[in-house]
Amino acid sequence: MKSVLEVKNLKKNFENFTAVNNISFSINEKKTIGLLGPNGCGKTTTIAMLLGLITPTSGSIKIDNQDLNPKDHQFLSKMNFASPYVELPKKLTVMQNLKVYSMMYEIKDPTKKIEELIENLKLQEFVYKKTGELSSGQRNRISLAKSLINDPQILLLDEPTASLDPDTGDFIRSFIEEYQRNNPLSILLASHNMNEVNRLCDHILMMKEGKIIDQGNAEYLISKHGRNNLEEVFLKIAREKNEN
Amino acid sequence: MKIRRILSLMLRHFYLIKGSFPRIFDLIYWPTVQIILWGFVSKFFTMYSSYFGNAVGVILTAAILYDFLFRSSISYNMLFLEEIWSRNLINLFVSPLRSSEVICALTSTALLRTLLGLVPAVFIAMPLFDISIFKLGLPLYLLLLSLYMFGVTLGLLVTAGLIRFGPSFENVAWASLFFIAPLGCIYYPVDILPDWVKPLALSFPLAHIFEEMRSILVNNTVNYKNISLAIGLNIFYIGLGVSIFYKAYKSAKIKGTLVNIGE
Repeated sequence: MKSVLEVKNLKKNFENFTAVNNISFSINEKKTIGLLGPNGCGKTTTIAMLLGLITPTSGSIKIDNQDLNPKDHQFLSKMNFASPYVELPKKLTVMQNLKVYSMMYEIKDPTKKIEELIENLKLQEFVYKKTGELSSGQRNRISLAKSLINDPQILLLDEPTASLDPDTGDFIRSFIEEYQRNNPLSILLASHNMNEVNRLCDHILMMKEGKIIDQGNAEYLISKHGRNNLEEVFLKIAREKNEN
Repeated sequence: MKIRRILSLMLRHFYLIKGSFPRIFDLIYWPTVQIILWGFVSKFFTMYSSYFGNAVGVILTAAILYDFLFRSSISYNMLFLEEIWSRNLINLFVSPLRSSEVICALTSTALLRTLLGLVPAVFIAMPLFDISIFKLGLPLYLLLLSLYMFGVTLGLLVTAGLIRFGPSFENVAWASLFFIAPLGCIYYPVDILPDWVKPLALSFPLAHIFEEMRSILVNNTVNYKNISLAIGLNIFYIGLGVSIFYKAYKSAKIKGTLVNIGE
């Protein structure tokens, strides 16, 4: 299967600590990789390096078999990102935001793409409302719409359903599954929601103190660690240092 | 550089201004108040000072030009701060938008914002105080260009600071122009300054611009050498501003501060 993203020996040192320590992984086409680990384990730094927001200390990132050149922003047109912690301009309407980003990503037929996203993500009711007036669930859907505006090959999602009610969370997860079935999309998902990771991810990377300490699919990790579910595996790994 | 990407960021700010009456009001209100205030001060001086009696409107013209500079710089800073306040910065940085396109979009939008605020104020000053900055003639446009370039330079330096040090640099954004204003010789000639300060003042374009403005209004002479010097200095400073902006951006990517200011 074709690998769309390949990370080799990626490392990031800040002044007095190592945030990411020699991690390697790859994502195949139409697959979803989960990034799991306690707060401060290096998930955000890893995502930021993939998006060109942080310069790695060493290691390589290949997108579509080509080395990522931070000076060439064109690689960013193949990717996109959504997180509830990063918002779209609140004073602009949903439609205005989508128009701005469709222009920024140089979408060939923006009207068609926007209409498609509005329909699939059920944004019709509030498309002419200001983004800041919407509920957090609605805003997450807008953020997801923006992240798919350029039909990305690689989508980086940072806790896409954080602080959402179960119904909205389920809607978003179902939408992502459906979208990936119909499009050549690969996803890197950082989440603290174990059910979400279990449901969406084909492969899970368990991170701790900047390193990948274990990996595999949910079933494998649960059985390897002799636990009943992914949450228990997470707790075991996160607390291992204390137990020792 | 892609025009469409530059226009997308300009469109974002057009939508923001268009949809907010307080923002439009704020853009027009301050320059108008400033000009009315300085108009009356100017009128008072022309009645009681022989120097200003010979050059009606020197102070008001200086006030208008200074406001143009102030608005250019503040507009540039505001546009970038809007992205920080709306937590939209990460969305911009992870898009294919290049730094050069961001600079172009902010520079063009800042000009439009400045003109939107200042043009009504200039037209208010004409009948109210019988003063028109258009009396400066063709050199006016060169002086405005020079002021705009310096405003953009200050904007670039503040934006570089915001990128490198985060939102805590915001206070500097508001005060940036005031640091340099005493050396700009806006309302007084360079001769007033102590001898040791003069070379420092003349190393910035502002002193040359305002000296030239006074020369045109008081002596009715245009010294294109002065104007060229101001533009030359501006080209140097704008180049410096761009390189500091790029350096700050690179440094922020190494130190990881982009992620922190964006969330």
